[in-house]
Amino acid sequence: MIEVHDLWFYYDSNPVLKGVSLEINSGEIVAIMGENGAGKTTLIKHFNGLLKPKRGYVKVFGIDTRYATVAQLSRRVGLVFQNPDHQLFAETVEEEVSFALKNFGFPKEVISERVERVLKLLDLYDLKDRSPFTLSGGERRRVTIASVLCYDPDIIIFDEPTVGQDYMQKEKLAQLIKLLHTRSKTVIVVTHDIEFVAENFPRVILLSSGRIIADGSTRKILTDEDLMKKANLVLPQVTQIAYSLHEFGIPKDLLLVHEIRDSILKIFAGGTYDGS
Amino acid sequence: MAIIEVKDLSYKYPGSSKYALRDISLNIDEGEFVVITGPSGCGKTTLCRCFNGLIPHFYGGEFIGDVIVNGMSVKNTPITILSKYVGMVFQDPESQLFSLNVEREVAFGLENLGLDREEIRFRVNEVLELMGISHLRNRAPFELSGGEQQKVALAACLAMRPKILVLDEPTSHLDPVSAYSLLNLLNELKNKLKLTVVIVEHRLEALVAICDKLIIMNEGKIVFNEDPKTVFSKENINSIKGIGIGIPKVVELYHNLLNSGFALRNIPLSPKMFKEYLLEVVRK
Repeated sequence: MIEVHDLWFYYDSNPVLKGVSLEINSGEIVAIMGENGAGKTTLIKHFNGLLKPKRGYVKVFGIDTRYATVAQLSRRVGLVFQNPDHQLFAETVEEEVSFALKNFGFPKEVISERVERVLKLLDLYDLKDRSPFTLSGGERRRVTIASVLCYDPDIIIFDEPTVGQDYMQKEKLAQLIKLLHTRSKTVIVVTHDIEFVAENFPRVILLSSGRIIADGSTRKILTDEDLMKKANLVLPQVTQIAYSLHEFGIPKDLLLVHEIRDSILKIFAGGTYDGS
Repeated sequence: MAIIEVKDLSYKYPGSSKYALRDISLNIDEGEFVVITGPSGCGKTTLCRCFNGLIPHFYGGEFIGDVIVNGMSVKNTPITILSKYVGMVFQDPESQLFSLNVEREVAFGLENLGLDREEIRFRVNEVLELMGISHLRNRAPFELSGGEQQKVALAACLAMRPKILVLDEPTSHLDPVSAYSLLNLLNELKNKLKLTVVIVEHRLEALVAICDKLIIMNEGKIVFNEDPKTVFSKENINSIKGIGIGIPKVVELYHNLLNSGFALRNIPLSPKMFKEYLLEVVRK
């Protein structure tokens, strides 16, 4: 569904992406991780044609993005930006969210029905007449998500969606991603939030200085100390504990609290172990 | 000695029908490292705005009670005086930066203090080095990454040599390694310069092991204000979860084991502490 082949990109003379190749299939849920400045945002901007490859190519649904317009691609690839203030412009939440649908020429009844459904889904319905600029940071971010979801793209890309979000909102975002997954959507998330990835994403693509240094299962990548160091990431806290107890027979590749709990209970005999 | 005293503070933004802060009392001692957390809209950013007088002087609104910072009542002290003592780094670094290059950005506050050129040059170099951003000195802040902008905003703040540093989600745009090194740097500064550090943050994993106090707010009130081990104790943990606070995994693991009948001596705040407490039990 997304095919990237030997993608090179530079803003001035310094290459930001240096020969990136990857494939993402329909219905996948993928996290893209890597250090500040690794090229993550630059990479995803190629998926809806905002940026065009300097070398290599990107194909989305078989369409080479070099020969397609952003308007054509964005109908099927929705991108939710990092900073909501770069995206919001309308006078009310409702207008903001219906903007794309109007542009795509949907009939009025469809627009109002869809907008209502999406606003309710994201707990924004009561705020529909407010100006986006009077909302809190978390609310504004949800408006940007709503404005993408309402035109129902096949691929939804989130750039750092957990920044500034509290625990409950993060939980809701995780639920939303699951919901999109059940509707066979492809979800791509750029994030630094290791715990969020450990709990919600089966596949990770690790980017470092413009190159992919790993692409595979979350468990394999997030519990690999060397890889994580290379990408300026730290091991999930559970994995750190697992590493420190490896000498007692705890496996290193644990990600979740219940996994390490069970492992500790097993090895140290349910707390009845007395050392003898 | 308390460097920040909040006395029976209630506050309402102009035009709002609801109090953003409700009857808050709080002391922060000089040299303390304090973390404030709570769900969005709980009032934590609003509370921080009181520490340098942005509330009430800039925002207006209804201000009941008092906030005393470094011996001065914020009600009667202009922001220009307070900001000599209280440095503030906002959530969104972009909203704080305005110069065309990093060096000018960092020097701006110092020029306004009327320092001489040599002193300004010295301090600018000092903080750029401290933050590890000397190589960015001629770059425009708006073309930097979010993480780099966050460091520039903090450098500009530190150059003023404040006694109190208030940071609103200072690591939100940083990758984990940069986030850890920034927090360690703040901890070092706290010790070296006797700086008082107040951080507003949702992600507690890296912070609970270095902070002296953890304040949890909900709906405009302070619900907990203790050292992190006390805050996360068995008695409190369910109500903290109910408020919707992300509990560090190591703390969660402690409670999970406890519920399975496996008790450690105390609540670990880092993987290192966890191992230490676990070995005590195992080797007994």
